[in-house]
Amino acid sequence: MKKVYERPKLLKDAIMHYCPGCGHSIVTKLIAEVLEEMNLADRTICIPPAGCAVLTYNYLDVDTSEAAHGRACAVATGIKRVLPDRLVFTYQGDGDMAAIGTAETIHAANRGECFTTIFMNNAVYGMTGGQMAPTTLVGQKTTTSPFGRTVKNEGAPIPISEMIAILGGAVYIERTTVTSVSAVKNTKRAIKKAFTAQVDGLGFTLVEVLSPCPTNWKMTPLKACRWIEEEMTKAYPLGVLKDETARTPGREAANAD
Amino acid sequence: MRGNTIVGEAAVRAGCTCYFGYPITPQNQLPEYMSRRLTEVEGGIFIQSESELSAINMVLGASVAGARVMTSSSSPGISLKQEGISFLCGCELPAVIVNMVRGGPGLGNISPAQSDYFQATRGGGHGDYRVVVLAPGSCQEVADLTMAAFDIADYYRNPVLILADGMLGQMMEPVTFENYAPRQIPEKDYILDGAKNRPSRINKSLILSPQMMEDHNWKLVRKYKTIERNETRYEEFMMDDAKLAVVAYGTAARIAKGAVKRARGDGMKVGLIRPISLWPFPSDIIRKRAGKTDLFFVFEMSTGQMVDDVRLALEGRSEVYFHGRPGGIIPTPVEVLRIISRQYYQKGLGE
Amino acid sequence: MKAKIEIDREACKGCLYCVETCPKNMIAVDERLNGKGYYPARFDDGEKNECTGCCMCAVICPEAAIEVYRESKK
Repeated sequence: MKKVYERPKLLKDAIMHYCPGCGHSIVTKLIAEVLEEMNLADRTICIPPAGCAVLTYNYLDVDTSEAAHGRACAVATGIKRVLPDRLVFTYQGDGDMAAIGTAETIHAANRGECFTTIFMNNAVYGMTGGQMAPTTLVGQKTTTSPFGRTVKNEGAPIPISEMIAILGGAVYIERTTVTSVSAVKNTKRAIKKAFTAQVDGLGFTLVEVLSPCPTNWKMTPLKACRWIEEEMTKAYPLGVLKDETARTPGREAANAD
Repeated sequence: MRGNTIVGEAAVRAGCTCYFGYPITPQNQLPEYMSRRLTEVEGGIFIQSESELSAINMVLGASVAGARVMTSSSSPGISLKQEGISFLCGCELPAVIVNMVRGGPGLGNISPAQSDYFQATRGGGHGDYRVVVLAPGSCQEVADLTMAAFDIADYYRNPVLILADGMLGQMMEPVTFENYAPRQIPEKDYILDGAKNRPSRINKSLILSPQMMEDHNWKLVRKYKTIERNETRYEEFMMDDAKLAVVAYGTAARIAKGAVKRARGDGMKVGLIRPISLWPFPSDIIRKRAGKTDLFFVFEMSTGQMVDDVRLALEGRSEVYFHGRPGGIIPTPVEVLRIISRQYYQKGLGE
Repeated sequence: MKAKIEIDREACKGCLYCVETCPKNMIAVDERLNGKGYYPARFDDGEKNECTGCCMCAVICPEAAIEVYRESKK
């Protein structure tokens, strides 16, 4: 019999430390597959976040640089400017992207820095034990919003990807999830599209993945997936938020009126 | 050329291709100069970042990608960079950081000061690390030390901080860039540029295993000891028979030198020890001079920070007197002379 | 056999995504724990193997613990 599906070679031989059913595992696997299929692995530099995915370098066999919490987009800017022909991507969580890293994210996108951000939105701060995130839903209980998030006290969940879509330097933004086979395949397609846009020199690209965090949501993995489909997509609807990949390459074009 | 601009030109001459920074008085001429100058350099990259915090992280990125990179700011902005500096040290990455010190704490003022000595030499960031700190005392030294800084940073894989002040940044003096003698730098086998024909590399400072973390910290200490042996810099002026030694750096030393010359004219046996590297601090020469010198007169444009290192170096062998002017007040040599005289004769050094 | 899957039972964390996803219900939960203390998934190719090699289980598996084999059509 022929092997028709195998574990990506770009995944190191380690068992990932993520919880059962975690979205990080799936997306790390997809990134490995995309890099292999696009033959980009030996030109790639990955910047993982502070958070559960800080150990990404134990799983993805590419050059990897740590960044301080929230600073990945600034570090990626430095790397991509010095090495513009490499594939540079950040892999960030809610706090990294949309709390402590808000300024760095917005300004990198505004400058049209030609790297890709993969934004793992799981509505909670996972590694530190389940505190409220900027993307936590109204009414969602976390360890620092024990009675449920309220608009009055904490504000509504922040639509960071929609905010970035306004900026001229951002050329492709899509929100996906990994709760079903078709969703997983769609996420892979989006990652591939983002990396392709980067290789074509178009500008800043962002794939937001609604990701299950069964442990901190206190649900089984299957229930966590259903919660994303039924609840999370109300605040964070799936789909393409921006697609200007048909335009001509170059940062000047990206910021032209 | 103006001090701030000299930093920029010296950096370019030393091979710096990247500058990331944010406007803050009194160093704005430097990013302004780099925004134009780097367009003339092959591979030149200039970004006015959204904050000093972002700038130091862009520095980290450019450094790990293999470029010679610099950022600059003034006191409050350097506070914002502390996390990034700790990360650079933990990851063992080279970078040059320039601080044109102004009055503080808080928003302070825009006048020159020396109140960031602790911030520079004691970290301000977290963890057991050291940054090489160089304190120029003239525009020529600004040029020479900036160029040397890039070599030192690359050679030891460590950040280097140029600690100047608002006066040096604005001062204009003729300089030459011909003094640069480039060092032999080992190949950068740690940079991340895509794992082509080699195993993939990781740049990180996270070391979860306590044993490995301890080993890493001692490894850094061994590096720092090597730097102490090789990179200590200072100037001695009229110290051979000095009974009173003024210890000052940067602009304060320039003023002190004027006072020392006048004191000698008045018959006092006074000299000056000017640390040029603040870390590594020239403790050895201070300890050595304690044999003949009875009083170490420490003069800083602050409420007293380097004076601690002088006391530590002396280990009680001689007396220490501190004179400080914080807040951006620049005293005259005559004022300093008056206080030197008083101390000299009160302590009976005239006999 | 038209197709089969191999599950790395030590990598499996018992998330049940594959069990839920398989359109032919060919995946069950093993009664024996693995080394990490999970009840891993098990390919249930007992009497009637209806596995078509669709790869849906492998695609959804977070651990990349499933590899899929199919008979090549001659």
